[in-house]
Amino acid sequence: MKIGVFICHCGNNISAAVGVELVARHALRLPGVVCAHTIHHACSEPGQLLIQKCIREKGLNRVVIGACSPRVHEATFQRVLVQAGLNPYLLELANLREQCSWVHEDREAATRKAIDLIDMAVGKVARLQPLLSSKVDVNKRTLVIGGGIAGIQAALDVADSGHEVVLVERTPTIGGNMARMDKVFPTLDCSACILTPKMVELATHPNITLHTYSEVEQVSGFVGNFKVQIRKKARLVDMEKCTGCGACTLKCPIKAPAEFNLGLDKRGAVYIPFPQAVPHIPVIDKSICTYVLKKKCGLCQKICPTDAIAFEQQDEVLEEEFGAIIVATGYELMDWTVYGEYGHGKYKDVITSLQYERILSASGPTGGHIRRPSDGKEPEVIAIIACVGSRDAAHGRPYCSSVCCMYSAKYAMLTREHLPNSRVYIFYMDIRAYSKMYEEFVQRAQEKYGANYVRGRVSKVFERNGRLVLQGADTLLGQPVELEADLVVLAVGITGTASTIALAKKLNISHDEYGFLTESHPKLRPVESSTPGIFIAGACQSPKDIPLTVAQASSAASKVLGLISHDKLETSPLVAEVNIRRCVGCFRCLDVCPFSAIEEQVLRDGSKVARVNPALCQGCGLCSAICPPAAIALSGFTDDQLISQMEGLCSQNPV
Amino acid sequence: MNRTLKLNQVDDQFIKQIEQNSGQKLNNCYQCGKCTAGCPIAHSTEFPPHKIMRMLQLGIKEPVLASATIWLCLSCVTCTARCPKEVDLAHIMDSLRELAIKEGVTQARKQPIKLFEKLFLDAIKQHGKLYEMGTLARFNLLTLQPVKDLELLWPLLKKGKLKFTPESINDLEKLAQIFKSSQS
Ligand SMILES: Cc1cc2nc3c(=O)[nH]c(=O)nc-3n(C[C@H](O)[C@H](O)[C@H](O)COP(=O)(O)OP(=O)(O)OC[C@H]3O[C@@H](n4cnc5c(N)ncnc54)[C@H](O)[C@@H]3O)c2cc1C
Ligand code: SF4
Ligand code: SF4
Ligand code: SF4
Repeated sequence: MKIGVFICHCGNNISAAVGVELVARHALRLPGVVCAHTIHHACSEPGQLLIQKCIREKGLNRVVIGACSPRVHEATFQRVLVQAGLNPYLLELANLREQCSWVHEDREAATRKAIDLIDMAVGKVARLQPLLSSKVDVNKRTLVIGGGIAGIQAALDVADSGHEVVLVERTPTIGGNMARMDKVFPTLDCSACILTPKMVELATHPNITLHTYSEVEQVSGFVGNFKVQIRKKARLVDMEKCTGCGACTLKCPIKAPAEFNLGLDKRGAVYIPFPQAVPHIPVIDKSICTYVLKKKCGLCQKICPTDAIAFEQQDEVLEEEFGAIIVATGYELMDWTVYGEYGHGKYKDVITSLQYERILSASGPTGGHIRRPSDGKEPEVIAIIACVGSRDAAHGRPYCSSVCCMYSAKYAMLTREHLPNSRVYIFYMDIRAYSKMYEEFVQRAQEKYGANYVRGRVSKVFERNGRLVLQGADTLLGQPVELEADLVVLAVGITGTASTIALAKKLNISHDEYGFLTESHPKLRPVESSTPGIFIAGACQSPKDIPLTVAQASSAASKVLGLISHDKLETSPLVAEVNIRRCVGCFRCLDVCPFSAIEEQVLRDGSKVARVNPALCQGCGLCSAICPPAAIALSGFTDDQLISQMEGLCSQNPV
Repeated sequence: MNRTLKLNQVDDQFIKQIEQNSGQKLNNCYQCGKCTAGCPIAHSTEFPPHKIMRMLQLGIKEPVLASATIWLCLSCVTCTARCPKEVDLAHIMDSLRELAIKEGVTQARKQPIKLFEKLFLDAIKQHGKLYEMGTLARFNLLTLQPVKDLELLWPLLKKGKLKFTPESINDLEKLAQIFKSSQS
């Protein structure tokens, strides 16, 4: 046994709290260790070269590196071993940074702990065995979930490179929230002009299959080989026959609040969400259509010139296979009606930002004329309240929604363009305009468009003589202020959605407490989810604007292309294995495995034992922990390896 | 100034007037406070320069015109030189003083400042340069504080910084013309 130990300073990330030289000197006295060095940056080129040199010159056959978390650099150091001719699984990392120097201040205690961690790593590495990975085929098809700008961009990027894409969108049309917008910062170009051509391109792309009004029902499999059930909900309209003339939508006598316009107006039971919808085909709302409910009416069916209304249509469940998945399920506004001080939603002229987008939009319910909901009058004084719901720990949302400062400035400009004699007040705490051309945009709102910024949160909105009164403060002036306004727009913050959380469970990827999906590493793996082969893009990951959303979508697409450019994929050999001579067939493992990797295997004598599908196994180790007769071993974490690790800790090696 | 400010009652006229007279756009100020940070008199006034700017943006007229700030302002132009938004605040201060005089806004606190400025200008008018001894003597008598700053007299005399008799420039005629044209 020839073990080499390398202790990294990590600049001074580790050496600031840990006496690295002392740790290295200690390591040299451990059984089997033939060399021990400290390195300034083990991951840098000189660091890697030193490790390789020692492997070659000292004939090392096991390597321990005391550095950062394996999540950061395990792959890097495995490559170092391979390049020096060693099996990559003869490496053990001791996390001296995240689990030691970063969390301890007492240098002496931290150094003692580092020594313990090295004792354990050396104990374990001695028992490691070379492991070989196997190969599986990679399916070249990609599934994109969510048809907002993120999903559209990602799907087009993958499809343009010649690969097959299926896009699943929950609502009857693609476009997402961007389709609701009139003009978009920071350039104030018309949202429809830049979005609708992409929507059409997607729908007509030869490599893309679009399923709108559909949802992902079930997912199994693993990177390169996912099996997905997609439920195509019955539209009750035959998409082949329908020409999108819309005759049915004009005649339907039933009315319900229009989702796309956020309840500002009504739509029929048969409806097309908005004029530029893709596909431009109506859908029947089964929850209110009287023909569906009581077999009464059926007007649409009588009117349709192509006989496309299909009440008999049923949901369809498709089974498809994919190599990679991109999740782009977007965001919602927070529920602002929890704020009693802003009226709980009881004032008609206190509206949300997304509603204001619809009022500003030429294809919106007011035809692009700014009229307030209560009486249709043009407002003279418009107040915008920023950070509603955001940066409010008391309501459980401490984070910044990142786009509201910018769209508030946008509203000041658009409002003054529509109504030059109006006055616009923006109540804010800080103005966050961090990106290219953003600060200039906000300045323009103030200088050219006369936006009146008042620094302070509004504490209350109430009605007085037919006007809305805002009680606020001007903290720059140091004085309470009061404003009478005709229309109040709440810049409501952005949240992840219940739908994304439900999907995350099916996909087995992680999310935070607000419903945003968690990236694998916040800096280095920003579009990878916690599960290999599943990528995330857009506002489902965190609040973000369109430029960032598009950048992230293209980034996710490029990761997918990187993945499916391989015909075969190496699977990790760190998987569980059943010793069939010990297995008693209790199948406790089958119940605990979160990846459905355990199968029943019938032996020649007819007895049933467990078998692990190595392609599905993620190496979590739950099965091996629960197995009563200890019949399951997890490669790289076998019992004798773990016991040897513990012995290292308990052996009281001299310091 | 601690009442609730009604934003709807903003004095647009006042804002326009100041913007016109000073040639500055009040909304250009983003309240960074750099003017106040460099202003030599900021510490001795209730409303330091950036706060005057904020009050102007909100059309708060009386308290601004009645403030000591506009009279304490030394016209050193530090604020203007350092403002990142190129607001010529010193110019705005000029416009405010002009307007205060025009509107006859008088207040006990700013009386001596105004008197001093008048005596200062009187001396310039008469001699073409400042006659310190005479100006200060008149100021002290008129403000009924005859021994104010007396302890400075001897050191200043010793250093030759104060003279008992006034000195005049040569071309008093031209000076009279300048005064005449500036008043028309
Ligand atoms: C009021 C307001 C104004 C804004 N103005 C601007 C602006 O001017 N400029 C700018 O750059 N940004 C602006 N933004 C930000 C912009 O809206 C986002 O950056 C952008 O919409 C994010 O796109 P997305 O595709 O990630 O999400 P979304 O637009 O939310 O799209 C997500 C899509 O996924 C679908 N979906 C959700 N769940 C599922 C599921 N389970 N299965 C299938 N499909 C699902 C949804 O139906 C939707 O179609 C604004 C935001 C707000 C709130
Ligand atoms: S972007 Fe601006 S308005 Fe929105 S939450 Fe952040 S600070 Fe508040
Ligand atoms: S320095 Fe200029 S921008 Fe800053 S507060 Fe003063 S006037 Fe306003
Ligand atoms: S010009 Fe006036 S306001 Fe400006 S810094 Fe000088 S003293 Fe202060």
